[in-house]
Amino acid sequence: MALPIDKYLRVAKMPHIWCPGCGHGIVTQAIVRAIHELELDTEKTVVVSGIGCSARAPGYLHFDTLHTTHGRAIAFATGIKMAKPELNVIVITGDGDAAAIGGNHLIHAARRNLDLTVICFNNNIYGMTSGQYSPLTPQGSYATTSPYGMLEKPFDLCNLVIGAGGTFAARSTTYHARQLTNLIKEAIAYKGFAFVDALSQCPTYFGRRNKLRTPLEMMNWFKDRSVPVSSWEKLSPEEREGKFAIGVLTKAQATELTEVYKQLIEQLQQRGGE
Amino acid sequence: MGKTLQWEVSVNSKWCKKCGLCVEFCPRDVLEMNDIPTVKDAARCIGCLMCEMHCPDFAITVKRRENNG
Ligand SMILES: Cc1ncc(C[n+]2csc(CCOP(=O)(O)OP(=O)(O)O)c2C)c(N)n1
Ligand code: SF4
Ligand code: SF4
Ligand code: SF4
Ligand SMILES: [Mg+2]
Repeated sequence: MALPIDKYLRVAKMPHIWCPGCGHGIVTQAIVRAIHELELDTEKTVVVSGIGCSARAPGYLHFDTLHTTHGRAIAFATGIKMAKPELNVIVITGDGDAAAIGGNHLIHAARRNLDLTVICFNNNIYGMTSGQYSPLTPQGSYATTSPYGMLEKPFDLCNLVIGAGGTFAARSTTYHARQLTNLIKEAIAYKGFAFVDALSQCPTYFGRRNKLRTPLEMMNWFKDRSVPVSSWEKLSPEEREGKFAIGVLTKAQATELTEVYKQLIEQLQQRGGE
Repeated sequence: MGKTLQWEVSVNSKWCKKCGLCVEFCPRDVLEMNDIPTVKDAARCIGCLMCEMHCPDFAITVKRRENNG
């Protein structure tokens, strides 16, 4: 299905500022296509971001959008959703935005099970500020601040969300654009906190330093390390080394925050006359 | 009777950043990279959207042709 681009993009702002081959454009398209295929009401859909190359995405999207402060997109989105639960609230965040400065907002939104869709444009680097390592930089990879290779172990963001009580977590990559779109659709349709770890390439600051010379090489690097969830479960810890699972990692039913909040208000209003 | 073309692939030269990903992802070798990607063999296109979905710049679109009988 071809995308009606004029309906979803602020075409006057295009072309966007991202570098040639930057994965963030592919993830953005996956979100737009998911919204289109779900036939979401564009008047009832809000897109919120923090700061970063990833966070520029809402600037090109023809919805009500908020470009907020670094790490705080989920906090702003929380306010929107609590005040107007009927809106679809989608958060676009980077790996630095979501896991470094904004890590607390992420785990608490997961714990609360507030009905947000959070999509992390995970290029495992701080793209916007020219390539410092992030909590997602793989061990041994080079960044401007890890010139001898990253010493620390990265987060697994889906596991972080699940550990915090999150009930929907999924992962895919720009190589798997169709699967990524389907997972974003499932995340948006899910009633509760839904997290999608979208692996995206930063050819300018990650690729260049890590001998992945072209955007395609970076995407093939995602393909080579990804394992579908069904096969992942059968792998030993040694076999999992350097690899990651793609697909829906967890999906469960749980009480959603705006629902119980509404019930509480109704109860208190009924009691009001007593 | 020749087979009528089913799919129309077009590139927006104002938005294209010439990364070449559309050409690489096409499973049918429909496209080739010149200054911007161009269609070299439209008849081979199967409308799979691999090019469109992997374009970071919303610059390549695949549309079904109106059936002209
Ligand atoms: C409070 C604050 N601290 C630091 C910065 C500088 N800063 C801007 S973007 C960024 C990191 C962006 O990385 P990420 O979230 O991964 O997004 P990317 O650019 O990689 O898409 C930082 C540290 C800032 N803008 N505000
Ligand atoms: S610096 Fe990296 S993340 Fe930012 S636009 Fe360029 S390629 Fe994309
Ligand atoms: S739609 Fe598929 S077959 Fe046609 S040009 Fe694009 S990638 Fe190639
Ligand atoms: S993928 Fe998009 S931006 Fe890259 S060469 Fe093809 S049309 Fe141009
Ligand atoms: Mg980043």
